[in-house]
Amino acid sequence: MATIETTPGRNPGWAGGGTWGEVTDAPIGFGHMKRKEDARFIRGLGDYMDDVRLPGMLHSAILRSPYAHATINSIDTSAALAHPKVAAVVIAKDLETLGLAWMPTISYDTQAVLAGDKVRFHLQEVAFVIATDAYAAQDALQLIEVDYDVLPAVVNCRKALDPDAPLIRDDKVGQVDNLASPLWEAGDKATCDRVFAEADVVAIRTVLDPRSHPCPMETCGMVADMNPATGQLNIYNGNQAPHAHRTVYAQVAGLPEQNIRILCNDIGGGFGNKVPVYPGYVCAIAGSIVAGAPVKWIEDRSENLASTGFARDYLMYSEMCSKGGKITGLRVDAIADHGAFDSTAQATKFPAGFFHIVTGSYDLQGAHCQVKAVYTNKAPGGVAYRCSFRITEAVYLVERMVDALAMEMRTDPVDLRMRSFIRSDQFPYESATGWVYDSGDYHKAMKLALEMADYDGLRREQQEKLAKGELMGIGISFFTEGVGAGPRRHMDILGLAMNDGAELRVHPSGKAVVSISAQTQGQGHETTFAQIVAEELGISPNHIMVRHGDTDKTPYGLGTYGSRSTPVSGGAVAVVSRKVRDKARQFAALMLESRAEDLAWEKGRWFVRGDPERGATIERIAEYAYSATNLPEGLEGGLDANAVYDPPNLTYPFGAYIAVVDVDPGTGKVHMRRFIAVDDCGVRINPLVVEGQIHGGLVEGIGQALMEIISFDESGNCMNASFMDYLLPTALECPEHGFELGETVTPCPHHPIGAKGVGESPCVGSPPCIANAVVDALYHAKGIKYMDIPCFPARVWAAMNGNAQPPQ
Amino acid sequence: MQTPAPCEYSRATSVDDAIAQLQALGGNARILAGGYSLIPMMKLRLANPGHVIDINPLESELNYIRQEGNEIRIGALTRHVNMLESDLLSQVFPHIFREAEAVLADPVVRNRGTMGGSLCQSDPAEDLSGVVVALKGEAVLRGPGGAERVVGMEEFHLGPYMTSVQPTEMLIEVRIPTHSGFGGAHEKVERRAGDFAIVAASAALAIEGGRITFAGVACSAVGPTTLHIERAEKALVGQAPSEDLFAQCGQMAAADCSPNSDGRGPADYKRHVAGVLTTRALSRAAATAVS
Ligand SMILES: Cc1cc2nc3c(=O)[nH]c(=O)nc-3n(C[C@H](O)[C@H](O)[C@H](O)COP(=O)(O)OP(=O)(O)OC[C@H]3O[C@@H](n4cnc5c(N)ncnc54)[C@H](O)[C@@H]3O)c2cc1C
Repeated sequence: MATIETTPGRNPGWAGGGTWGEVTDAPIGFGHMKRKEDARFIRGLGDYMDDVRLPGMLHSAILRSPYAHATINSIDTSAALAHPKVAAVVIAKDLETLGLAWMPTISYDTQAVLAGDKVRFHLQEVAFVIATDAYAAQDALQLIEVDYDVLPAVVNCRKALDPDAPLIRDDKVGQVDNLASPLWEAGDKATCDRVFAEADVVAIRTVLDPRSHPCPMETCGMVADMNPATGQLNIYNGNQAPHAHRTVYAQVAGLPEQNIRILCNDIGGGFGNKVPVYPGYVCAIAGSIVAGAPVKWIEDRSENLASTGFARDYLMYSEMCSKGGKITGLRVDAIADHGAFDSTAQATKFPAGFFHIVTGSYDLQGAHCQVKAVYTNKAPGGVAYRCSFRITEAVYLVERMVDALAMEMRTDPVDLRMRSFIRSDQFPYESATGWVYDSGDYHKAMKLALEMADYDGLRREQQEKLAKGELMGIGISFFTEGVGAGPRRHMDILGLAMNDGAELRVHPSGKAVVSISAQTQGQGHETTFAQIVAEELGISPNHIMVRHGDTDKTPYGLGTYGSRSTPVSGGAVAVVSRKVRDKARQFAALMLESRAEDLAWEKGRWFVRGDPERGATIERIAEYAYSATNLPEGLEGGLDANAVYDPPNLTYPFGAYIAVVDVDPGTGKVHMRRFIAVDDCGVRINPLVVEGQIHGGLVEGIGQALMEIISFDESGNCMNASFMDYLLPTALECPEHGFELGETVTPCPHHPIGAKGVGESPCVGSPPCIANAVVDALYHAKGIKYMDIPCFPARVWAAMNGNAQPPQ
Repeated sequence: MQTPAPCEYSRATSVDDAIAQLQALGGNARILAGGYSLIPMMKLRLANPGHVIDINPLESELNYIRQEGNEIRIGALTRHVNMLESDLLSQVFPHIFREAEAVLADPVVRNRGTMGGSLCQSDPAEDLSGVVVALKGEAVLRGPGGAERVVGMEEFHLGPYMTSVQPTEMLIEVRIPTHSGFGGAHEKVERRAGDFAIVAASAALAIEGGRITFAGVACSAVGPTTLHIERAEKALVGQAPSEDLFAQCGQMAAADCSPNSDGRGPADYKRHVAGVLTTRALSRAAATAVS
């Protein structure tokens, strides 16, 4: 039997006094409260992947390719196998016998688990060593001899479709070029062409949203434990979609789904990086089957950065036009660089994700976009890094283009936005690419941000600074997202409808457990979901346990990514709470000797309409539900319910952001002076959690705009495979006086509690805002109209001198 | 998890014991000070010493900052945080140490990283090395039998990750001459707080009677070692401080350095920034010189 070893010193008692895990400021329902889960996190008592230690557990390491593109002539593992601590060495040939040499990706492509015929990206997985400790596994890697013939590599997505480009996917029958998927289009081309023909002003830019990485603090890993006696496979793995993963493993490995159990403990961040199934996971499972013992695989930082789930990498040739001072049309022709295997994360029928949102917050007369996806000799991924499926790329593009157009029109970027916004009376609004936005008041949010920033004052200050030779920039972005995928008639992943389940049981003492299919990676689910139940039933969030992450103990659902937890899982929790409330009404009727229809609800209590003194609290009803002896026919004992929530539409959060930067004219260094963020995510369940999400996302936006990039040299070597070269922002890169947050609330009309989801908004809205601020500084001082991100000093200096270049 | 290759570990009981161990192990051993450069290299398996000799037990022998006559002496195991917080250093060499240490890595690294480790690592991007070069410090090396030699920085740093410390020698102390009328500054541009410099410039001046009597200028990350900008120093000594003069020195630094293009920026950018930072460091050093 597998047991999780307890780390010494765990459970030291609740230092804050009172009951373990209780938060003292908890409201009964929505409102500000501290996060219940933080009690363990701030004491260092989280329980992560690498904390899992099973008896007899073996360790592993992966040998990786030193080349981006090379044929493999031979692999000699004999010296590694001779290492006294090595239990097994697995290579592609071995996986073939298990049918596991290749695995399907989320996007219906295939990916090599271990490279057999050839390697297709730098640091691709080649061999899997299993040993009695992690050190020995690493030592043995150096004993494996691989004979390669190096091939020319395709590293530039622009050249991937050249007739003489080397063919990367020669494993795929009928694949003659490096096109990864058929051209995808949205919008009406003819209308768009007409709008452009009638336009006054057109702005043209080639916008690169460069390859970045979600970079969770905890890297990916797994402990696979196949019990040879029972055939039960326990998988300890922090991932964002445990139920979907279980189904995938059942399909890939041909194992019976009921025998697979996925256990997610605490997860040190996901950000999209923990959505896909990775070769290391399949190797750990195969390794456990082969070795007959639990096998742990934990990737190191370099492996995480260089091989698992990158984000973005969209090169977008774009045109935006205006007529009569309003934005009227947008045309985008994009190349998506998928790397060597198409494992982009999106809903099945959406090969370019929700790129449709590229029309942004504007009432356009015409829009057309097309995306061509190519293979290159780079790591696969294309995950939605804090991004609802390509919305980050789309928002980045449209918000850079609005600024570009404003420059061509010689108008203020705020005025242009104000003139072009969808008006509040136009909702529900169908966009030029066919999406129906639920609700919004864009003018109101923008005005609030302008007031908070003192926009006119900032523009005056910019002029004064300019006169002294100082460079100051003011950047604007206004984003609209479509999150909460999604309605089952449109959206699935690998055939699985994008719905989520919830189960709620109120125990006899009136304390409840709610089990959800979403999986927190730091978003605060244990608090937020308890508050939804609290709001609906009037039980303190302190008395509601949120259970998630164990596929044997939670209902089926698609997990946490794409800002979908509150829109979908949150919907399920509200619905299941209402079912329980309805059932409680039946019991209350019996208790109060009244008819159910005559009862009215106030938070936490059913009472007789017209006689408020006669009532029963939810606690008393719960007790009754388990103990009453005289239940009428049709009313089962116990107080519980199930729900599966199928959202009728996406939700459309939005926000107005303003960034203020200073640029050192001598060095090109950008200083983030202020950041104003007005977010409208509908109803806020817990403002503290929402603000936490916004803070984190803004910091990530600073990272993407100013310093983060995964780049490659001409041979295809990954240049950013460590934190020395992949820079994550710190508190010191954030505005000294903190982020300035504001809110408007436009409830979602179709969501049970009117919430819209906020996890990704700040990370979506802030990169273009900061980029626009940097360019604004250069534009006002030197007439420079565009530069790509990341805006690190050398690149800003080049742009300042008229030599802006896309990053390598 | 990144894991180093197998290696032996021992603790030194004294400087002479550490040297005796180095001698006994014949070139296969490395001194372990703060470990912030050595351990990451071992985990990436870029360094694979068969043996590490931990000198952290030698705090009482090797962690000190003291004045002796016209010299400041800093023990090899003095931590970055000690230099950052030292009143003596900021009194004798105002601004320059504190400014460099404040932007060097992060508090975690500064709590353990040492003077000796910084110099012996010989990373051309080191901030502290730049300061020692600008101040014309000297390194005291001790070998078998207590034999000591004192070398200047030019002789000490041979190239990237190469020093003149012999396999059986240890750096034990850094000696820095003091000056009256001293002013100093350290300027750095980095991609992000805590990152190694894209370029850094350290300037040290002594100004007496309106004339520059001592000048030290060093640039980090623009050559095979932290570079000493000799032409600028010669141009400064004997002159009255002026913005024009400092701008000329900046041009000399830009002309005399030899940066490489890399992920931090292209060579032409680094050359330009070496000039800008040298000028800025010199003018701040002059402005703060205590006469
Ligand atoms: C995240 C991070 C960021 C950093 N950022 C910066 C920065 O911004 N600026 C900067 O200047 N530096 C930076 N550094 C480098 C830091 O300054 C050095 O890592 C550290 O100070 C080196 O000292 P140490 O005591 O840790 O050396 P160690 O790692 O212990 O040793 C380094 C080398 O010196 C040798 N050695 C050490 N002491 C002696 C001695 N007494 N005699 C002979 N040989 C010796 C060792 O054998 C080894 O080869 C950074 C480091 C990290 C990890």
